Amino acid sequence: MTADAPGFGVYVHWPFCVSKCPYCDFNSHVRSTIDETGWRDALLRDLETQARPFADRRVTSVFFGGGTPSLMAPATVAAVIDRIAALWPLAPDVEITLEANPNSAEVARFRDLRAAGIGRVSIGVQALDDDALRLLGRAHGGDEARRAIAAAAAIFDRFSFDLIYARPGQGLDAWTRELGAALALAGEHLSVYQLTFEPGTRFEQLRRRGDIVPLDDETADAMFDATRAILDAHGLPAYEISNHARPGAASRHNLGYWRYEDYLGVGPGAHGRLTLGGVKYATRAERAPETWMAQVAAAGEGMAARDVVAPADAAREALLMGLRLTAGISPPRFQRVCGTPLDAALDPRGLARMIEGGFLRRDADGTLVATPAGLRVLDAVLVEIAR
Amino acid sequence: MTDLDRIRNFAIIAHIDHGKSTLADRLIQFCGGVDQREFRDQMLDSMDIERERGITIKAQTVRLAYRAQDGKDYVLNLMDTPGHVDFAYEVSRSLAACEGSILVVDASQGVEAQTLANVYQAIDNGHEIVPVLNKIDLPAADPGRVKQQIEDVIGIDASGAVEVSAKTGLNIGAVLEALVQRLPAPVGDAAAPLKALLVDSWYDPYLGVVVLVRIRDGRLVRGQKIRMMAAGATYEVDRVGVFTPKPKDMAALGPGEMGFITAGIKAVADVKVGDTITEERRPAAEPLPGFKPSLPVVFCGLFPTDTADFEHLRESLAKLRLNDASFVYEPESSAALGFGFRCGFLGLLHLEIIQERLEREFDLDLIATAPSVVYKVHLTNGEVVDVYNPVDMPDPVRVDHIEEPWIKATIFVPDEYLGAVLKLCEDRRGRQDQLTYAGTRAMLVYRLPLAEVVFDFYDRLKSVSRGYASFDYAVDSYEEGDVVKLAILVNAEPVDALSIMVHRAEAESRGRVLCVKLKELIPQQLFKIAIQAAIGGRIIARETVSALRKDVTAKCYGGDISRKRKLLEKQKEGKKRMRQFGKVDIPQSAFFAALKAREN
Ligand SMILES: Nc1nc2c(ncn2[C@@H]2O[C@H](COP(=O)(O)OP(=O)(O)O)[C@@H](O)[C@H]2O)c(=O)[nH]1
Ligand SMILES: C[S@@+](CC[C@H](N)C(=O)[O-])C[C@H]1O[C@@H](n2cnc3c(N)ncnc32)[C@H](O)[C@@H]1O
Ligand code: SF4
Ligand SMILES: [Mg+2]
Repeated sequence: MTADAPGFGVYVHWPFCVSKCPYCDFNSHVRSTIDETGWRDALLRDLETQARPFADRRVTSVFFGGGTPSLMAPATVAAVIDRIAALWPLAPDVEITLEANPNSAEVARFRDLRAAGIGRVSIGVQALDDDALRLLGRAHGGDEARRAIAAAAAIFDRFSFDLIYARPGQGLDAWTRELGAALALAGEHLSVYQLTFEPGTRFEQLRRRGDIVPLDDETADAMFDATRAILDAHGLPAYEISNHARPGAASRHNLGYWRYEDYLGVGPGAHGRLTLGGVKYATRAERAPETWMAQVAAAGEGMAARDVVAPADAAREALLMGLRLTAGISPPRFQRVCGTPLDAALDPRGLARMIEGGFLRRDADGTLVATPAGLRVLDAVLVEIAR
Repeated sequence: MTDLDRIRNFAIIAHIDHGKSTLADRLIQFCGGVDQREFRDQMLDSMDIERERGITIKAQTVRLAYRAQDGKDYVLNLMDTPGHVDFAYEVSRSLAACEGSILVVDASQGVEAQTLANVYQAIDNGHEIVPVLNKIDLPAADPGRVKQQIEDVIGIDASGAVEVSAKTGLNIGAVLEALVQRLPAPVGDAAAPLKALLVDSWYDPYLGVVVLVRIRDGRLVRGQKIRMMAAGATYEVDRVGVFTPKPKDMAALGPGEMGFITAGIKAVADVKVGDTITEERRPAAEPLPGFKPSLPVVFCGLFPTDTADFEHLRESLAKLRLNDASFVYEPESSAALGFGFRCGFLGLLHLEIIQERLEREFDLDLIATAPSVVYKVHLTNGEVVDVYNPVDMPDPVRVDHIEEPWIKATIFVPDEYLGAVLKLCEDRRGRQDQLTYAGTRAMLVYRLPLAEVVFDFYDRLKSVSRGYASFDYAVDSYEEGDVVKLAILVNAEPVDALSIMVHRAEAESRGRVLCVKLKELIPQQLFKIAIQAAIGGRIIARETVSALRKDVTAKCYGGDISRKRKLLEKQKEGKKRMRQFGKVDIPQSAFFAALKAREN
C-alpha cells in the first residue's frame, strides 16, 4: 500500500459569494455578474502553468474552496476536474471535495456537481436555528440547511458540514442541544469552529465599538470541552482541533495541510506548498479577482509571490500544523516532508518542560502528541518548543 | 578675538514652559544666526526626545552677532538651560560660564518654583539679572501684577523688566539692548597662561569628543598643546570654533569667549566637566574653581534585555556620561537579570531620559529595576554603610537603625488646590515648614522623605493641582526612618530586581498594590503563577495569575500556513522581551511599571 507516501493535493479557489458574511475574512467577493467562461479559462490556464514542473506526481485530493464554489457552473467544475485528470494520474481513492452553501439554489445543482466528479461536499451550515443564522448574516435558514444536508447525504458518497459556536449570547445548554440536533443529521464528518473575530471584518468593527460582545472565555472553553465529549461519545472523535470524523473518514485534503504534504493552489488568493529538487516553495496568488485575472493573462499564472521556505521555517510550519492533529507527528514522516529530523526542530529544554507539564506526550516510537491539555493552549506550547 | 567690552555672556533661566527655548529662537533669528530656510522651532532642543517631550534637557550655547543702537558690534553668547528640577546641575554649569541671566517669567502665570530656584542660583553666581516678562500677547497676561510678584517673592528690582512676546517676536530688540547695556562685560587677561573652563562635552559620531569651553585668561588656538588640569591628560587642539548655532571654525578664542574644541580625545575619563584646560608649555598656576558636582539621589539597575549586549551597554554609558556628567554608574550583577550597571541619577525624570537616550541613540533594549534612594545603615557594630540597592541591605539582625534622605521642597500652588496639595504632602510623610501667600498663590515649604518623592510625586502633584502647582527641591539631611525591605517572590523564588525599601507603615499596602499590579502585567502562561510580597520572611500579600486556559486558533486557514508561522514568530519575539524566572516569563516593562504603582 501507499498509504504512508506523502499525498499531493490541488486546491481550487472560487472567490465569489452571494453576500459577504460579517465574520468572514476569507478571500470572498460579491460581484453582480461573473464572466463564467473567462473564469473557467483562467483557472485552467493557471492550473496548467503551475502543473508543469510537477508532472511526476499523483493527485490524492482536490478541494474546491471559497468563497462559494457551489456557485460555480457544474460545467466549470467538470472542466477543472477533467484537466486535473489529464495532467496527472489520480490515486484510485482520490478525494474530490467541494464547499457548498446550503442555499436551495445551490442544492439544486448537487446532482450536476456529482456528475462533474465531486465525491464529497462540505456544507457551510454554521447553525441550525434561524435567529442564529440571522445573527451570522447568513443567506439561508434552518430548514434550508436541513434540506441541504439531506440532499448531500442522498447524492454524494461522503459529506460533512460546518458549525460555528461560541456565538455572542449563546449558552452552554443551547449549544449542546444544537449539537445534539446536528448529530442527528451528521454523517461521517463534522467541523465545529469557535467563532473568532478577525481583523477587517464587520464583526470585529462592531466588537471594537462595543456593539457586539464576544462570548466569555469560560463559557467558550466549556463548550469546547462539551463538544469533544459529546462527539466522542457519538463515534465522531476529534482528529484535529476543530475537526471530527469516524475513524478513516477524515478529510484527506485537509490532512495533507496538517501533515505538511505538497499542495498546489489554483485561483485568486490560493496558497501552495511545493517541494522541487529538495527545496520547499511557498506560493501565494493575487487576492483580488481582477488583479489575479490580469496576472494570469500576462504570465499564465496568478502568482503574487513564490518564495523559498528555509529549512528551519519549513520545520516550524510542519511542527505547528502537525501538532493540531490528535495523532500527532510521526518522526519519519516529519523528516520526509520538511527535511529536518523532528528533534532538530525542537528546543530540548522547552520540550522537557512541556512533557513534564502534561502538555505534550512522546510515544515509544517517538511520535509527538499534544495532550488534550496541550491542544487547547497549542499556540503557547509551540512558542516553548519551536526552535 | 573679540574685545572684552564687546562680549556679553548670558544664561536664560525660567520655570519650565515659560518660553526660554522660544525666546532663544527669536534672539537667534533677530541676530541672523540662521536663515529662514534652515530655521526650525526650538532650534536649540536638538535631541529628538527634547523635541518630542517639549523640554530642554541639555544646556546649549549659541554665539550671536548683534549691532547695538550705539552702532557697535557685540558678541552675545547665549545659553539655553533646562528648567526641570532634575537638571539643576546643567543649570549650575551654564551659570558658572556667564556673567548675567535673562530671567524669563510667563506674564500670565507669574513666579513658579523653578523660577525661584534658578534665580537664586544665578544670584549666588554673582549674576546681573535682566527680568523679561514673556507671553505678553496672551489676554491673561498681567505684567503689572507679575512685576510686583517678582519684587515681593524674589526681591529683585523689576521696574526695568522687558515685556515681550517670544511667540510673535514683539520687543526682542529691547531684550538685546538690555543685555548690552546692563550686563557686565567679562574680564580676563589675553596675555596670561590659558585658563578655560570645561563647561560640557559630548560625543559626536563624526568629530569624536567635542568640548565646550569658556575662556577666562589666555588664548586657545589650533595646534596648541593643552592639558586638562585635574585629569592630567594632554592633547593637541585640532579644531576651534563656535556655534552660530551651526558649528563655525575660528582662528582662536580669547578671554570672555565661549566655543568648542576637538582634540582627538579618546578617553572619556579625560574630560571632566568643571575641569580647567591650560597650556602644556605654560600651565596656569591654579585651576579655576570647578563646579560643585551634584550628587545623584536616585539609583536603579540597568540591564540589557539581551545579555549579549552588556559590552555595548558599557560603551554606551561611557559615551553618554561624556554628555551628562551628572549620572554615575558601576557594574552590578543580579541573579535574575545577569550583568548590568547600578546607575545614579538626579531624579526620576533624569532616569527615564537616560534610559530613553540609551535605547534610542545606542539602540539598546533595557530593563530598569526599582529606583531606590541611598540609605545610611547603622550596624550594631557601629559601622555605617551606604546602601544603594535593596538587595545589599544587611541582615536585619545586624542593623541597629537606618537613616533615609529628606528633601526640602518648595511648592507654589493656587489657593483652590492648596488642600489637595497639603493632603498629598501629608500622605507622603511630609512635615510642613512654611506656608505663605504671594497674591492668590500659596508658597509651601515642606520637608519630605526623598523616597516618597522619587516615584511619582511630581506626577501626582500635577494631577491634584490640574497642572498648576510647581515644585522644586533640594536634598536636605538624613533622618532615622522605620524602613524595611519588601521582597517579591514569584513561585516562591525571590526576584531580587523587584525588591524595594519602604516605610514600615506603608509596607503592607505597597506589597498588596505591587502584587495586584504584577498580576496585571504578567500575561497568563501555561502554568499557574503565585506572586507574593514578603517582609523579612513573612508573606503579607499574594496574588495568582491563573494558567492559560485556551489560546489555540480554532479555524483552519486552508493552505495559508505562512500566516500561522508569522504569528508563532511574533510570539517568540515577544518571549525574548521577557525574563525567565523558573517557569515564569516576566515582561521587562513590569519591572519599572509595577513599582510606580501605589494605592490612591
Ligand atoms: N502665547 C505665547 N506662547 C508662548 C510664548 N513664548 C512661548 N510660548 C509657548 O509656550 C510653550 C513653552 O515654550 P518653550 O519655549 O518650550 O518653554 P521652555 O520650557 O521655557 O523652553 C510653547 O508652547 C510655546 O509656543 C509667547 O510669547 N506667547
Ligand atoms: C472557507 S470558509 C466558508 C465556506 C463557505 N463559503 C460557507 O460560508 O459556507 C469555511 C468555514 O470556516 C468557518 N469560518 C469562517 N469564518 C469564521 C470565523 N470568523 N469564526 C469561526 N469560523 C469561521 C465557517 O464554518 C466556514 O464554513
Ligand atoms: S459565504 Fe462563506 S466565504 Fe462567502 S462570505 Fe460567507 S463565510 Fe465567507
Ligand atoms: Mg525649552
